[in-house]
Amino acid sequence: MGIPPLVHYITAEREGESAVKLSRKGQIYLITVLFLVVPLVLLGAFTYYPVIRGIILSFADYNILTGETEWVGFANYRHIFQSPHFRRFFWRALTNSFRYLMVVPFIQFGSILLAVLVNKSFPGVRLARAVYYIPVITGAVVVSIVWQLIFQERGLLNYILTRIGVISRPILWLGDPRVALYSCMFVTLWRGLGFYMVIYLAGLKNIPRELYEAAAIDGASGWHQLWYITLPLLRRSMLLCFTLSTIAALQVFEEIFLLTQGGANTSTILYEIYNLAFNRFQFSLAAALSVILALFLVVLMVINFKFFGARRKEA
Amino acid sequence: MNIMRKKKKIMWSVVRYTLILLFGLFFAFPFLWALSTSFKGAEDILSWPPVLFPRQPTLDNYRYVFNEIPMLRYFLNSIIITGLGVFLQLVFSALAAYPLAKFEFKGRDLIFYLILAPMLIPVQGALVVNFITIMRLQLVDTFLGVVIPSAVSIFGIFLLRQHYQSVPRELEDAARIDGCSEFRLWWNIELPLVKPALGTLAIFSFVAYWNSFLWPLIVLRDTNKYPLQVAIAHLSTGLEQNYRYITASLVVAALPILLFFIFTQRYFIEGFEGALKE
Repeated sequence: MGIPPLVHYITAEREGESAVKLSRKGQIYLITVLFLVVPLVLLGAFTYYPVIRGIILSFADYNILTGETEWVGFANYRHIFQSPHFRRFFWRALTNSFRYLMVVPFIQFGSILLAVLVNKSFPGVRLARAVYYIPVITGAVVVSIVWQLIFQERGLLNYILTRIGVISRPILWLGDPRVALYSCMFVTLWRGLGFYMVIYLAGLKNIPRELYEAAAIDGASGWHQLWYITLPLLRRSMLLCFTLSTIAALQVFEEIFLLTQGGANTSTILYEIYNLAFNRFQFSLAAALSVILALFLVVLMVINFKFFGARRKEA
Repeated sequence: MNIMRKKKKIMWSVVRYTLILLFGLFFAFPFLWALSTSFKGAEDILSWPPVLFPRQPTLDNYRYVFNEIPMLRYFLNSIIITGLGVFLQLVFSALAAYPLAKFEFKGRDLIFYLILAPMLIPVQGALVVNFITIMRLQLVDTFLGVVIPSAVSIFGIFLLRQHYQSVPRELEDAARIDGCSEFRLWWNIELPLVKPALGTLAIFSFVAYWNSFLWPLIVLRDTNKYPLQVAIAHLSTGLEQNYRYITASLVVAALPILLFFIFTQRYFIEGFEGALKE
């Protein structure tokens, strides 16, 4: 049917009030168009267009000076997978990005624990929640530098650990290729726990109290309530949190950039993308790498949804 | 039996409180350590074992940060970027969500799903293309270039749509019968009713822009235009790991957001509850 042209809606209703007054339908039509047009244009330009353009760019050679692109087929991808020099960077970044996924179960376990701990009301509960949320609020830069301070060779962590005899010599937490990535993961975990805790708290609020009351009458212990009521009913929140934290882990950038500048074997895919595009101005290679990252993300998302979606139907 | 139960209960609450306290320390201590460092003099910073509290607390580090580094400039940049970003997100969310929530028109659901889709598809690849776009629009090194790609908030549209939908129909019908125009209906009735949702959005968006780092780093060339976060990251490499000055600048950067958080704390949790209710 389509929407008839605007003119049809314009009718002079009452004289004297205003020269031309729009009919009800006309006003609605006008509002719909006016309210949506700018947001949609911006969303198109900065969210949808990059997806399409990024894929095209990955099959082309982009000249940064002229802005011209030349079709080169799979050359960029071949370069990533086959160039002996580049292949090393690529595989290292890829394995590091996947190793980063190790953070996900810890974040989930930790944030559920935090949420369950502060879900009861007791004096000081709001303070506790607020304190747990502070690392989320302060942002990557502040958090990373604070931890840099603690991770220093002559820093607090090395002091405490040598003092209590866990290690005999100071460890270069951010400089030793064997530990640096784990130090970054720890910072990610530390600054993410509060965020996921809040999502789980929202999920916990949605569980009806009566369930617990009924369970208590039937003599179910706290553990049983947690295991048979709380956790199963948190499944929706878990799906959300798992999805968000997997995406975040695979695309980790800020911690790496701020803590190690990609050194000490910590470079990840997104860090390489940044490095390629904005330090070496190889936009097409960066675009190809982005497409590869996006493919991995899509596959992971599908697995995530399959896994949690199927189990939800059972329940 | 009853006593056993009671004993068990007490034991559990002891465990619970201990854990809560330990976690609190775990999250707060690194910040307190940085705060203490920012008041230390040269002799304390190098001492081994590290000293917990500065032996001779000094404000020199803060003096240095404000005198030698254009801290106020960075601060102002952060405020401009955050203000502009929050404003645009609020306006676009309040606008776009309204027709999607209230009017029946062809393609409405399609548009809504299109808007939600980027939540599910990864968009990090957008970095490169968006930079090219910003270059083409000659917005490199401008504040507008920093905020415009994220000016439309998907979360915001989603949140506002839900709140518009909860405005009772009877209210709208009554206003229409009284001859209220559609625009005035939105401006005078609907918008005031979704103010709490706008507040929630403003808070989230404030934090996101204040802490944004990667995109401003890419778009801004002139270091005088850097917002605090980018400037501090930049400084921390330039100051040769001089942690006295770095921690002082950290405190300056973190203080506004912490103050803001103290006053708006409950909305962070309630805001999520509102968004996740459906």
